[in-house]
Amino acid sequence: MSLTSTAKDGIQVVTVDAERIDAAMAIQFKDDMRSTTDDGPARVILDLTKVNFVDSSGLGAIVAAMKQVGPNRKLDLASLSPMVGKVFRLTRMDTVFNIYDTVQDAIDAEQDDD
Amino acid sequence: MSRSFYCSFSANELNAREGILSVISRLKNFGLSEHRLNEIQIALAEAINNVVEHAYENNTSGEVKVTCSMHDANLMIEIHDTGSPLPNLELPDGNLGPLEKNLETLPEGGFGWFLIRELTTDVHYRRVAQTNELKLTFSIA
Repeated sequence: MSLTSTAKDGIQVVTVDAERIDAAMAIQFKDDMRSTTDDGPARVILDLTKVNFVDSSGLGAIVAAMKQVGPNRKLDLASLSPMVGKVFRLTRMDTVFNIYDTVQDAIDAEQDDD
Repeated sequence: MSRSFYCSFSANELNAREGILSVISRLKNFGLSEHRLNEIQIALAEAINNVVEHAYENNTSGEVKVTCSMHDANLMIEIHDTGSPLPNLELPDGNLGPLEKNLETLPEGGFGWFLIRELTTDVHYRRVAQTNELKLTFSIA
């Protein structure tokens, strides 16, 4: 399992315990996200603190994870490394996800339905 | 001043990961900035993943060869493989489609060539003697 999960006050924080979500990791990450976020709180925060690199396979797996969470729940991202942030900005995926500097910022954020 | 190094590995995803990390680690000796190394790693990873997943289609006995060389203010990374050629012997355009807000239709792939084109100064492909030759150039300003 590449993930650790904690749930509190209606928010599930899923921490990725890997330095890279790359081609070698993407399928396992997607499968682990499916089992971890299946039937949980309405809001999921994906904590990427330990991840310093995401390639296009990993990016696709994160998008897939958001689809798995479904339209009635939300997957937000927290604590992107400079390299991970760069991949999200270049592909404009930073406009699709809510991205927070830290997990605490994500927890504290007022949730507006956009 | 010209400096260069060469490495090779067989075409599976874990070897590709180690190969990418090894190249980036050795490029640190070229005095590149952390920021530029990050950009190079993203483009290099996409190029190598394409070889592993498409040219060799996960035929893990295939060999991926990477040569890096500095020429004045340019870093050249050449990747050679003997897998299948690129379709029509051409570099894909790598355009990102319009990004829809509709969750279900969000793309889960097709970012690779876009990232390569976005992060390199120049990219060239040719097929020579049953070998794919991809040259990525990064200007180091």
